[in-house]
Amino acid sequence: MRMTKTLSLIALLGLTGSAVWAQKSAVQSIEEYRLMLQDGNPADLFEAKGEALWKQKRGPKNASLEQCDLGKGPGVFKGAFVELPRFFADTNRVQDMESRLLTCMETLQGLNAAEIAKTPFGRGEQNNVTALATWLAAESKDKKFNLSQSHPQEKVFYEVGKRLFFQRAGAHDFSCASCHGQDNTRIRLQDLPNLTKNPGDGIGFAAWPAYRVSNGQMWGMQQRLNDCYRQQRFPYPGFGSDATIALGVYLGVNSKGSASIAPAIKR
Amino acid sequence: MADPMRIRAQAAGDKTTVRVLMAHEMEGGQRKDAAGKIVPAWYIQEVTATHNGKTVLTAEWGPAVSKNPFLQFVVKGAKAGDKIAVNWKDNKGDTRSDEATVS
Amino acid sequence: MQTRRQAIKKSAVVAGLLASTGLFPQFAFAAYNTPAFEAKSIQDALKALGAGAPAESKDITVTGPDIAENGAVVPLGVSTTLTGVKRMLIMVEKNPASLTALFNMTDSVEPSFSTRAKMGQSSDVYAVAIMGDGKVLFAKKEVKVTLGGCGG
Repeated sequence: MRMTKTLSLIALLGLTGSAVWAQKSAVQSIEEYRLMLQDGNPADLFEAKGEALWKQKRGPKNASLEQCDLGKGPGVFKGAFVELPRFFADTNRVQDMESRLLTCMETLQGLNAAEIAKTPFGRGEQNNVTALATWLAAESKDKKFNLSQSHPQEKVFYEVGKRLFFQRAGAHDFSCASCHGQDNTRIRLQDLPNLTKNPGDGIGFAAWPAYRVSNGQMWGMQQRLNDCYRQQRFPYPGFGSDATIALGVYLGVNSKGSASIAPAIKR
Repeated sequence: MADPMRIRAQAAGDKTTVRVLMAHEMEGGQRKDAAGKIVPAWYIQEVTATHNGKTVLTAEWGPAVSKNPFLQFVVKGAKAGDKIAVNWKDNKGDTRSDEATVS
Repeated sequence: MQTRRQAIKKSAVVAGLLASTGLFPQFAFAAYNTPAFEAKSIQDALKALGAGAPAESKDITVTGPDIAENGAVVPLGVSTTLTGVKRMLIMVEKNPASLTALFNMTDSVEPSFSTRAKMGQSSDVYAVAIMGDGKVLFAKKEVKVTLGGCGG
């Protein structure tokens, strides 16, 4: 009797053992696939475009963006990405990289920020914003996130972002936390990082902008966040909206000390 | 004119590894748009590479090559300072040519 | 008496024949081998390229992931240690058209190429080398294609 029990236990262990082994192998294979894609990231093409746009005289004011202040002083772009979102005195608001680009495109070049914000992703000036954000992220590649929480507004935005993160609403009663609020979850083969804490180098907030191979599109953080809302069956909060910036503060502050790998390449 | 390619050419001894990223839709002609119509095929058909003006590679591609194509090949006998040029032509007759210096 | 339709058809056929002789290059779209890239099977593609029956060879290497998370971008490579290669091909058996890419060798380039291809479904991927003496050698590898999750 005991023998049979022991045998069946061993058999059971053997089965689960091999199942675990097989699963690990599939995950390993996917990891290999992702590694294979690292060299030759089409994000390079968007980077090149972004760099050209930074220097190009455009808009009614026929000016370049080279005097744009991304938080480290006019024209300083190296390292700016990993300190955003942050508070800006000239606009009296907390801004992320993409909304700050809109500010500069309007004040320096005379382009219409509100119009650009309304333009759908992948069209017109939105493509230019994405390219610029891609290049600016590249100029901070491998640097560690270090968002400021010294200004009262920055603290407020962190708390607002946190609340939004956990807020369940919409037809499916989803919140960001539904997918990203705990460890060890995934959707099919996609690991879901826990974004309530620091997910580590190159994960979550640290992996966008990214080139998505599934649709051949370059996505900035704004598109990523707005699209998360769409996936939760919410309407887009809007490009550069306080809601998306607040979430950026929450995610960015949580990622303090982790290295950005943007622009990344993803499924 | 199409967006520029990104070409990197790195010499290691007698071998120079050339990595190219081309900006192109590479539409396969199999997809349907929102209205149900087939999106017409639009893809790079011919690729040529030269080393200091001499042709070292010609290639023909089909519509199955991925969007924003990546190409890697190895040139023999190139050294730092040499020029590698890549050009492509698509099925609509559009072309693009870019050059890089071997580092 | 020919109908107009017969006359047009005949001239199109004649133009096609002339194009294949290379005597009237303006009818041919440069050197692009459309039939090879439209062929639905490995065999048909090889035939369109004027290549003979392929033989499996350990001297040919096909590189690619075991599992591609997304079939839109699958990194594939072909290489060989052999000399005397005239052309190298990447073929995906179960794609609507099997021939993905074709590389013409010169003395200045190594027989080693990598690119990324779209794969409609899990399939065998073939690396083919057409040798100067006419031999056709290949290696193949199964690449599984799967869809990942919802973003991220």
